[in-house]
Amino acid sequence: MAKVLMKGNEAIGEAAIRAGCLNYFAYPITPQSEVAEYLARRMKEVDGVFLQGESEVAVSYMIFGASAAGARVFTTSSSPGISLMSEGISYIAGAQCPAVFVNIMRGGPGLGGILPSQADYLQATKGGGHGDFRLLVMAPASVQEAVTMVMQAFPLAEKYRNPVMILGDGLIGQMMEPVEFSDDLKTDASDKDSWATNGMDHRGSSQRNLVKSLFLDPEALNQHNLTLKAKYDQMKQEEVRFDTYNIDTDYQVLIVSYGTMSRVCRTAIDNMKKEGVEVGMVRPQTLFPFPEEQVLAAAEKKSCKAVASIEMSMGQMIEDIQRSVQGKRPVHWYGKCGGDVPTPEEVTEFVHTLL
Amino acid sequence: MKELEMPYQYSIDEERCKGCALCVTVCPKDVLEIATDVSPKGYFPAYQARPEDCIFCATCCRMCPDVAITITESVENITD
Amino acid sequence: MGKTFTKPKSLSDQITHYCPGCTHGVIHRLVAEVIDELDISGRTVGIAPVGCAVLAYNYFTFDFQEAAHGRAPAMATGIKRVRPDLMVFTYQGDGDLASIGMGEIIHAANRGEKFTTIFVNNAIYGMTGGQMAPTSMPNQRTTTSPFGRDVDDVGMPIKVAELIAALQTPAYIVRQAVLKPKHIVKAKKVIKRAFQYQMEARCFSLVELISTCPTNWGLTPVDAVKWAEDNMLPYYPLGEYKTPEAA
Repeated sequence: MAKVLMKGNEAIGEAAIRAGCLNYFAYPITPQSEVAEYLARRMKEVDGVFLQGESEVAVSYMIFGASAAGARVFTTSSSPGISLMSEGISYIAGAQCPAVFVNIMRGGPGLGGILPSQADYLQATKGGGHGDFRLLVMAPASVQEAVTMVMQAFPLAEKYRNPVMILGDGLIGQMMEPVEFSDDLKTDASDKDSWATNGMDHRGSSQRNLVKSLFLDPEALNQHNLTLKAKYDQMKQEEVRFDTYNIDTDYQVLIVSYGTMSRVCRTAIDNMKKEGVEVGMVRPQTLFPFPEEQVLAAAEKKSCKAVASIEMSMGQMIEDIQRSVQGKRPVHWYGKCGGDVPTPEEVTEFVHTLL
Repeated sequence: MKELEMPYQYSIDEERCKGCALCVTVCPKDVLEIATDVSPKGYFPAYQARPEDCIFCATCCRMCPDVAITITESVENITD
Repeated sequence: MGKTFTKPKSLSDQITHYCPGCTHGVIHRLVAEVIDELDISGRTVGIAPVGCAVLAYNYFTFDFQEAAHGRAPAMATGIKRVRPDLMVFTYQGDGDLASIGMGEIIHAANRGEKFTTIFVNNAIYGMTGGQMAPTSMPNQRTTTSPFGRDVDDVGMPIKVAELIAALQTPAYIVRQAVLKPKHIVKAKKVIKRAFQYQMEARCFSLVELISTCPTNWGLTPVDAVKWAEDNMLPYYPLGEYKTPEAA
């Protein structure tokens, strides 16, 4: 299959269509408005649904309604917009509907900045809204990986009847890289007749379906939460994904990094190797479920003195790393906000302080 | 002169009636009143105090927020 | 006028949690009767609000979704866009539609989304215990306007039908009441017309229904009807504000 050079945001839009999702509701926000601009044209070509809603709040409920009626649906936004969608995301998780959200992270908090960041890690991985629920969070490190993850997100969302979030950043959204859209990743939508409000006639049934998240009876609500928890426990068993770099050496420092930041770390690792310093990296591809066992195992390597969380934030993933490492090694943080991506030289300089 | 047959069955469901008395106020024939005995639900339900005056206009049915009043055709009384 | 009267099949048997004399019950029944008469329950999806009618889904026998406060028009938009063949209606009170949901209803109406909104205007927030609504009358005492609504401080009540009718996109916008039988008969007619427009995929429709809240108004159901007639009908005139034909 031919590779095409595509801008990340556009590739994400195309990936959804190739995955069999022809319904997109969204609101413009930098640095991901190109997804909506691309799909405004492209959805027409494939006879899909495109609608620019009046706000991210409204969009999150358009997603909810459409998903509850049995359609495959997704939206994209960026940090402040994702905050606005948080209530809707909580409702969608509580009502057990599938949906795919893409967050092209920008600087925060508040209006923040329009350049890349990784400062929504805690927001995404520790629920993403009120109440006891989790999002399955995937973090691509390239435009190709974003395409793959978007395409995988739809059957995952349907498998768990839960929202799935792709955590990208402004760099992934804006840069152009070669991508291919594998037909192998196209999936059929799951059968939703057991729960979706797709019309009794459509199902050939006289039983109506009800999609709700309200459970006033405390016993019922507890049961419901146990049901949800079981899904997240299953995710932890079955959906952990990660990549490693230079892990088969006697590295002195273990870097844990994801997304765009991990690419800079790769270059830093290559540079340090030339100097004779070995550094290994575990790159989580799912942030929830977090690769706890793999990070612990890598940290416990005899040669490894310290673990470094390198992220474009003031230290968010570091908490999951510390939890995984269980005190067996010191865990340090290096990060930068504002949108300037740390350079390989800055990473190298930091790692040297740990040697 | 042939007496007018009443082929309809009128009932107020005591389980559903909340005693709001809206039906009492809208009945054009002043048929309904609020009972003085409490229903199993704890309300004082409406009832037909003067059923013989009922013209089955169903205005009370239309007013009732609880669909407590039903009028059905009484099968035995239907004449052809 | 038929003489028999039974519960419509689109209404469930469940006894409602609504207060004695609450006109939600009347409106629920009218919607169910219309859906029965148009024979569309097999492809209808209702959307329940947050408010007293949060449990509305317990009283209907067709597909239902529960929306977050104010967001029903956005959910309805989502459903209609992906399944235009489904008959979709939102059922909203004055907090849901005219306060938190004001953005959603205006934009859905302006886009001409082809669903129907049943708007229950009883000038107060019922479920949460009687706070002031955007539709509360001047000088009306509520728990958050204990000295009466001060229009110099918080403005005049919002006339939703007029507001939505001012949009340029064709729509069916009508205000009726469910206070007395004569209103109820008219209300059913306009609800039916609204759903018929939707069956034709013609336009957005909004049916505002002047209703009572005896409990939070502190009146008996019978007195509440009188209060609404005396205080609400002069300010909220009944009638047709917009039809798609007149566009």
